[in-house]
Amino acid sequence: MVRADAVETRPRLRRRSAGRLNRTPAGWIAAFCLPALALYGLLIIVPLGTAFYYGFFWWEGTQRAGFAGLGNYQEILTRYPLGTEIPTALWHNVLFFVGTMAIQNTVGLGLAVLLYRNPRFKRFFQTVFSLPYLISPLIVGYIWSLLLSPNFGPINYVLRSVGLESWALPWLGEPTTALPVLVLVNAWQWIGGPMLIFLAALGGIPQELEEAAALDGASPARAFWSVRFPLLMPAVGVITVLTFIGCFNIFDLVYALGGSDGGPGGAMDVLGLLYYRTAFEGGTNAIGESSALAMLIFVVIFGFAIVLERLLRRREVTQ
Amino acid sequence: MTPLSPATTRRAARAPEQAGPPPARRGPGFGLRRVGVQLLLWGYTALAFGPLVLVLVGSFRTNADILQQPVGLPTSLDLGNYQRAWETASLSIYFLNSVAVTVAAVSLCVAVSAMAAYALSRWRFRGRAFLAALFISGLMIPAKLGLLPVFYMYQSVGLIDSRIGLVLLYAANGVPFSIFVIMGFMRGLPLELEEAARLDGANPGRMFVSVALPLMRPALAVVTVFQFALTWNDFFYPLVLMRSDEKYTVPVGLTRFFGEFAADRATLFAGLVIALVPLAIVFALATRHIISGLTAGMSK
Repeated sequence: MVRADAVETRPRLRRRSAGRLNRTPAGWIAAFCLPALALYGLLIIVPLGTAFYYGFFWWEGTQRAGFAGLGNYQEILTRYPLGTEIPTALWHNVLFFVGTMAIQNTVGLGLAVLLYRNPRFKRFFQTVFSLPYLISPLIVGYIWSLLLSPNFGPINYVLRSVGLESWALPWLGEPTTALPVLVLVNAWQWIGGPMLIFLAALGGIPQELEEAAALDGASPARAFWSVRFPLLMPAVGVITVLTFIGCFNIFDLVYALGGSDGGPGGAMDVLGLLYYRTAFEGGTNAIGESSALAMLIFVVIFGFAIVLERLLRRREVTQ
Repeated sequence: MTPLSPATTRRAARAPEQAGPPPARRGPGFGLRRVGVQLLLWGYTALAFGPLVLVLVGSFRTNADILQQPVGLPTSLDLGNYQRAWETASLSIYFLNSVAVTVAAVSLCVAVSAMAAYALSRWRFRGRAFLAALFISGLMIPAKLGLLPVFYMYQSVGLIDSRIGLVLLYAANGVPFSIFVIMGFMRGLPLELEEAARLDGANPGRMFVSVALPLMRPALAVVTVFQFALTWNDFFYPLVLMRSDEKYTVPVGLTRFFGEFAADRATLFAGLVIALVPLAIVFALATRHIISGLTAGMSK
């Protein structure tokens, strides 16, 4: 489909040649576009299409064993264990997204406002706060699993030495604390992004607006909430989309903190891990089941991302 | 997200520096508030930096020391941990693999993306808008969900357990973001220079290499830094596609390393530091590009 379109452009192009820089021979167009298209098409688009196709068949190992229709989808949604694992993992992804959003938008905005008001050492703080951004989530996970380890980790050591023995929990080994810890570690890593986005947005808001509010007798707090804050909403929108995509694609961090089973009792199990287990540690129908699961996850991520993006764009038009 | 204009990116990246905050009104409690703000900022600095410092300090301590007293300073500056991680745990091999794969993948990705982005933003042809949308939509596609088909495709052409297979996959993954950033940047570049080159008889290839490519450098820098970090850090692809230890990249090597040396924390810390070094270098060299890349999402 993709390549057919690129090829089709050639003959028609010769007929239309108005405008500037337009008379580029088709050969050049192909030479410039095809390498990227070949890589992207063959390794990103075609595999997703293939997964969609695979999902409609029963499989025995790598052999196709008949047309299944929606059978695989029915299987994974209703039969044990995937039937219960999928909703649980999806719920964890949702909690993870909500928790990360809550921290990033409050702490991130707070840090941005502090830096905006106090430009002293701003570059330094900006750099340090966004430093963890570049580290591999896997390494972040390993760092925190060492720091949080129950008996020899520095965090519990500090808690014990200040007399908070009862707080020195096996943070990652306890189903109730594992997911909140995961959220905190994730927010720790990515906070630099929202902070920089908020900082840029704050810088883009004209001074006059807040001054006008002050002249009208608004307190600084009131001026912030009524004038500046609404103008930060597009930034919140951008952060929502980026965080959503990040949170629903998460794999490495959870793998490092809890292994491929998602921690104690699957307390940190997420869709990414579930897909990995189904596809590469699954049973005889692994290809069918994991392809169906991949499509469900794809619809959730791509669908929500598009809806969010549309909402954002509409907001911008109406503003 | 519509592609950003370079003007927006630059403004977004620089705005915090230029637009100073409103001159603070001095009043009672002014100094106190200022101290409070500084305390908060330094407090968060400790939170952001502390864990990394603990890892760095831990990498110079002996394991017995760490087990006895998890927080503490090294008693002697011993590099034995690094030697153990580098040699015994074969991090040196993983490191070299990662360097080779990352450099090759980023070069390939930037080259093909720059060409395609140039064609898409400068030449008018049928299917152009569709092609651009197809590339950009990749920003929202969870490409990893296609790994199983990629796995069988690679199996049929002998690219399983091959560093070349990894390079191709990483380059493909980087295409949407790279094209997005470069196209956005191209939109703000004036056409005059290329016009002049064309009147001088330059062909399209020549115009790209001699005129457009040098102008694109800021965008190429952003793309290179980001793809470097993403590729260096990736764990999922080699976890599934690589079989033999001697071809592992650092992240997969680390999972093995963490299994083998689970009890030897000092060596684990040293290994983590080794894995972080290239990123620290990139970060030191390119902070500016990183910040403008992060705010590229601010496009409107």
